Amino acid sequence: MALLEIKGIRKSFGKVEVLKGVDFALEKGEVLVIIGSSGSGKTTLLRCLNFLEHPDEGTFLFDGEELFSATTAYSDAEIREKRLHFGLVFQQFNLFPQYTVLRNITLAPDLLEPDKKEEHLQKANQLLEKIGLTDRADAYPCQLSGGQQQRVAIARALAMEPDILCFDEPTSALDPELTGEVLKVIRSLKSSDSTMIVVTHEMAFARDVADKVIYMADGVIEEAGTPEEVFGHPKSPRLQAFLSKTE
Amino acid sequence: MTFWEVTLFLLDGFKISLLIFAVTLLLGVPLGLPIAFCSMSRFKPVQAISKVIVWIVRGIPLMLQIFIIYYVPGLLFSFPMFSQIDRYMLIHHGVQDAGRITAVLIAFVINYACYFSEIYRGGIESISKGQYEAGYVLGLTNSQVFKKIILKQVVQRIVPPMSNEVITLIKDTALANCIVVCEIIKQAKELAATKAMVWPLFYTGVFYLIFVGILTICLGKVEKKLSYFRS
Repeated sequence: MALLEIKGIRKSFGKVEVLKGVDFALEKGEVLVIIGSSGSGKTTLLRCLNFLEHPDEGTFLFDGEELFSATTAYSDAEIREKRLHFGLVFQQFNLFPQYTVLRNITLAPDLLEPDKKEEHLQKANQLLEKIGLTDRADAYPCQLSGGQQQRVAIARALAMEPDILCFDEPTSALDPELTGEVLKVIRSLKSSDSTMIVVTHEMAFARDVADKVIYMADGVIEEAGTPEEVFGHPKSPRLQAFLSKTE
Repeated sequence: MTFWEVTLFLLDGFKISLLIFAVTLLLGVPLGLPIAFCSMSRFKPVQAISKVIVWIVRGIPLMLQIFIIYYVPGLLFSFPMFSQIDRYMLIHHGVQDAGRITAVLIAFVINYACYFSEIYRGGIESISKGQYEAGYVLGLTNSQVFKKIILKQVVQRIVPPMSNEVITLIKDTALANCIVVCEIIKQAKELAATKAMVWPLFYTGVFYLIFVGILTICLGKVEKKLSYFRS
């Protein structure tokens, strides 16, 4: 059974329909990469999954059970609980500038489970080791490079132990020479069997890391398949045009 | 009168100036916060009322507001509350000007709370949406996000404009003399009228300068202390 099943997601902002019925499924341990031009609805889809936007229609099934249905009204507390299934790494990192690297990672776990602070600290140190920033634990975000900030943001999301980690163009705000270190961290997560949804413009990376690729255009999934199918043998003319532009 | 006697006499007035300063800060700083939240409320009537109040308070000279607070109870309701407090406190407790000072304090607290509220609103609205969202996706509640993530960034941003207001405030206390509250300039005018001494009026500037100097150093330290992060 799929870990996550998305059915018929629609979302409009005013008169503009950004998502026009999106369906997909994701297995545990799978990496789904979403590609597409700006304005195709990729980011909105991720924001819907993280409950930052409320879809107008559609449902999410998690492990076969209904996690969200657009027709149901949820309380703030319910939303908070549901969104913990997901983690989100933002394009602009959004680290908390007044806290050190370490505190950025432990803040939310400490607030949610105040009696396990020792455990959270240990976990945070392990995560810092994983992203190779142990020596910057006491630095403030403004003292880090963009790539380092994004790695901390990944560690912060991982500290919540989400079932599915989402990345919203994690390297788009970075200088080209800094994207490598971030992509390397994401690759290392793939080898540790994390379930991920990655929105990206890095085609080579997408091809390399994805188990499944979705190409979105105009609020719908225009084409989906394995990296080999999508990048190697694109069927739809729009995807062919998109790929030829990004190469 | 010797220089020393004049200094002591003016210092008596400056104590009143400092009292108005301290009480206005003590009450105005917290009162600005609910006004700011009302101005940002998604409930339109609340937002409208709050914005109209801020518009009126910021649009009318503070001196006029002091007159309004002081005279309106007597004129509209035939209940000159503040002069009655004056009389009562003088007769029973030997305290001078208690009613007038109360009227001045009410006017100052309302006026400054409205100015502060606009600084708070600007500060809160300047924090990027991403900071809130980063907190939400980590499962934090609205109040946790505000207290643990947003507040300190807002404080860092509003310290410079707040410092400006605080420095303006000590100078504004001179307006209290429009309803004959014996603050420092009123005291100096008293000397000019009764002893034909004009120089004390100019000498009062030294008191303000020293106090503003101390404030500038303290506020600078606060600003520096908060400069360890860049938001």
